[in-house]
Amino acid sequence: MSITTTVERKSDRELVVTRTFRGPLRIVFKAWTTPDLFKRWWVPKSSGMTMLSCEMDIRTGGTYRLVFSHPAMEQPMPFFGRYLEVTPPSRLVWTNDEGDDEGAVTTVTFEERVDETLVVLHDLYPSKEALDAAIASGATSGFDEQFAQLDEMLAAG
Amino acid sequence: MVQYSTPRLDASFAALSDATRRGVLRQLGRADASITELADKFHMTLTGMKKHVGVLEDAGLVVTQKIGRVRTCKLGRRALEQEAAWIEAYRQLWAARFDALDEIVEELKRKESP
Repeated sequence: MSITTTVERKSDRELVVTRTFRGPLRIVFKAWTTPDLFKRWWVPKSSGMTMLSCEMDIRTGGTYRLVFSHPAMEQPMPFFGRYLEVTPPSRLVWTNDEGDDEGAVTTVTFEERVDETLVVLHDLYPSKEALDAAIASGATSGFDEQFAQLDEMLAAG
Repeated sequence: MVQYSTPRLDASFAALSDATRRGVLRQLGRADASITELADKFHMTLTGMKKHVGVLEDAGLVVTQKIGRVRTCKLGRRALEQEAAWIEAYRQLWAARFDALDEIVEELKRKESP
């Protein structure tokens, strides 16, 4: 049975994801910071995405670059940024620089519990407007695709 | 020939079938705006923008309020429901990732215990 993942919009510019793992902190942290393990869980199979490459220089000041493809996308999509802080085995902080300068800073903390590890992930946007825009574009991007298809159908008569 | 099930073309669907109106929603997701500001932003006459906002308002996607001589537009309940839907999609993404991570953690645990 899967464990509950919770998400909360904690403030105007912050989303918080919380999850518990049945395993020791050391192992959970290893699965986040070993590229060969990381690429096995980061992309959900249900998304239809494929991770083409995964470069992670996991140290404070290091950079990462992940490239994904999807059958519906013409071009592969890169995600990249910099590790602002890497403190094994309790804390990772990275930037998300693929968009404009409105990207979130992601902070993940790992906390040992009895036989469990608590993982808390924060996505902190630079402003309320940046998070609202991310939500607005995400929430309406599906409509754009839907209507592009409708336009094609109508054009085809 | 592919058969399409008849879509229920409700007010919301019709309202969203126009690229400008989708742009207006995205804009209001960033900040509330007056009709004049929206007209400027989308290079449109005031009358043209009023029509678009009216369609969005009828669909519950936008609400407007007139204060003095300025009519301010903001996202309506239907649009806010989309925000809730986006957050749910975001949660599902993380849930799917973490379920896969569970398997890796299990695997590493098995490898470590002889």
